[in-house]
Amino acid sequence: MQGENRVGDLQAQLAGAGYIAERGLAATLLLLSELQRPLLLEGDPGVGKTEIARVLAQVFDCPLIRLQCYEGLDVNAAVYEWNYQHQLLAIKLLEQGKVNPESAEQQIFSKKYLLERPLLKAITQERPPVLLIDEIDRADEEFEAFLLELLSDFQVSVPELGTITAVSRPYVLLTSNGSRELSDALRRRCLYHYVEYPAFDKELRIVNARLPQIGAQLARQVVAFVQELRKLDLRKKPGIAETLDWAAALLRLDVASLDDDPQAVLDSLVCLLKTREDCAGLGQPEVERLVARAV
Amino acid sequence: MSQVVANLPQPASLATELQQRLVEFVRLARENGFQVGVAEEIDAQRVALACDITQLQRLRWGLRALLCSDQEEWQRFDELFEAYWQPANMRSGVQARPGAPIGAGRSGKGGRPGQRGAADEADGAGEGNSADAAEGGTREGASAGEHLARADFQFLADSGQMREMERLVERLARRMRRRLIRRHKVQRQGRRIHLRGTLRNCLRFGGMPMQLAYRQRCRRQPRLILIVDVSRSMSLYSTVFLRFARGIVNVFRDAAAFAYHTRLVPISDALRQSDPQRMRDSLALISQGWSGGTRIGECLQRFNDDYGQLQGSRSIVMIVSDGLDTGEPEQLAQQLARIKGRCRKLIWLNPLLGRDGYEPRTRGIQAALPHLDLFAPAHNLRSLQALEPVLTAL
Repeated sequence: MQGENRVGDLQAQLAGAGYIAERGLAATLLLLSELQRPLLLEGDPGVGKTEIARVLAQVFDCPLIRLQCYEGLDVNAAVYEWNYQHQLLAIKLLEQGKVNPESAEQQIFSKKYLLERPLLKAITQERPPVLLIDEIDRADEEFEAFLLELLSDFQVSVPELGTITAVSRPYVLLTSNGSRELSDALRRRCLYHYVEYPAFDKELRIVNARLPQIGAQLARQVVAFVQELRKLDLRKKPGIAETLDWAAALLRLDVASLDDDPQAVLDSLVCLLKTREDCAGLGQPEVERLVARAV
Repeated sequence: MSQVVANLPQPASLATELQQRLVEFVRLARENGFQVGVAEEIDAQRVALACDITQLQRLRWGLRALLCSDQEEWQRFDELFEAYWQPANMRSGVQARPGAPIGAGRSGKGGRPGQRGAADEADGAGEGNSADAAEGGTREGASAGEHLARADFQFLADSGQMREMERLVERLARRMRRRLIRRHKVQRQGRRIHLRGTLRNCLRFGGMPMQLAYRQRCRRQPRLILIVDVSRSMSLYSTVFLRFARGIVNVFRDAAAFAYHTRLVPISDALRQSDPQRMRDSLALISQGWSGGTRIGECLQRFNDDYGQLQGSRSIVMIVSDGLDTGEPEQLAQQLARIKGRCRKLIWLNPLLGRDGYEPRTRGIQAALPHLDLFAPAHNLRSLQALEPVLTAL
């Protein structure tokens, strides 16, 4: 029974931090801290994958360290880099005085001149931080392999300095949008959670939690509209972030109900539709039909 | 689950019983195609400990997070879980282990260690056999593949061969990508010092070469763009090329694929779907209601007008077509010239070229020839393989 309570507790804590999570996700996050395995989050863009990490850091009351992946990301940008300018300055200064070369060398390659990038920073924290490795699918395969090594040993070796072992194990969250197939090895090492578009109830709760000033009627209509919109064959389906944007936009335009002001709805659709094809595909009659359904 | 607990006599045997059941479940998952190993068998025990084991729902969530590794497995997991832990709901989609009665752990009295051990041994033997059989099958498949490599796509009569060929073609596309990357790496190691840059850097340090500048041949991956003809005259080939396109689109970072018949349609998104049935459905939707003659020139114009941003100095455009079209040859030539002007390479793959006695005499092809970097046959696996060096040398 105790375990059950803890899932409930975590769920309540997440909700307190502004994230509405279903119980399955809360249970997985609990496992993440207990098994100390990284968690791979997949799902369509805009379903709140990155948000999970932010909220989790808030709940655990620890820093969030974020590494945004991109094509060509390398070890220097992700783990560490020597502060060359400082080193050169130090060399020049050492040249003036009479210092024995060996100790000078040791001094130059000391931690003082090491720039910590996110991954090194994450393993040298006193308290375990939340490490978010965002959009891992964008990084190259080489980097993925390196990451695999880091995530299993939690140590980094710097040739000039020696091996730096983790002080504490960070909670690692990885997110992926599926722009590239991840390697099986990485998938196997991670826990996995697929984040789906929220159902009506959940999305309604999210909108109410984030925009408390929104009226009950408008909130229900907005969510119903977006839920219907997702069923259409769009190039880019609107995520939760888009729903919130749109709701905020409608609030700004003083719309109390979607059927009051069709023009405002049409004008504000830019919050939801993000490609030319989708804008062209969704004409006025279609929008009116959706509004009629939502109201 | 609570029933299991109720029926078992002692807590000690509960532990072993459950451990065994968990291990069996992980193995069942592996047999059903999940990517799990021994490490997961051990971690499943830790999950069971961490979760309150009497809470079936928590166990489900925990094991789901542990055992799944992609969306497809994620969706299949519930069925598997229910089939194993709640045998009453058994559905046909799951492949249960032969000889291992799924409800065995439930009976409680049947939990005598001797009996279970025997059952497990029997299972083990069965597994060994099936593994051997599978291996034999693979070897056979390899030689069949060798034979298939030279077979013309159009002569693949039965659907089994066709599927095999589609699989091979897709794998070829994936392998191409691996080769391209490897070459890229070798290139990286062979970098040399860039003297001029180094001297320039020296100025800052009073002539001491502190900061070396390197020169490296940077080869970027090509962006492949496939334009596949799906008209009736190509119907014998188009399925195979769509599979090839699927392989390419899935493994190359920013590849794009188009299909055309009377008009041009982007199909990259459809091809990226992991479920083959869904892919086929959306392709069928795309191609609905097409009729009339093929007009390559018009389609290429659409490609140039609407998708011009895809073309660039590292783009390779591959057109797969038999060149039989009803449009104006002048228009075709003009559009090909436009593509040629913007892209690195323009390749035309013609399945007919593999036939004995075929000569490209149609007006369309004649008009196209001067603009092509490569006009090559594409009627079997070999000819597709031969493309690799062309794609590599960007």
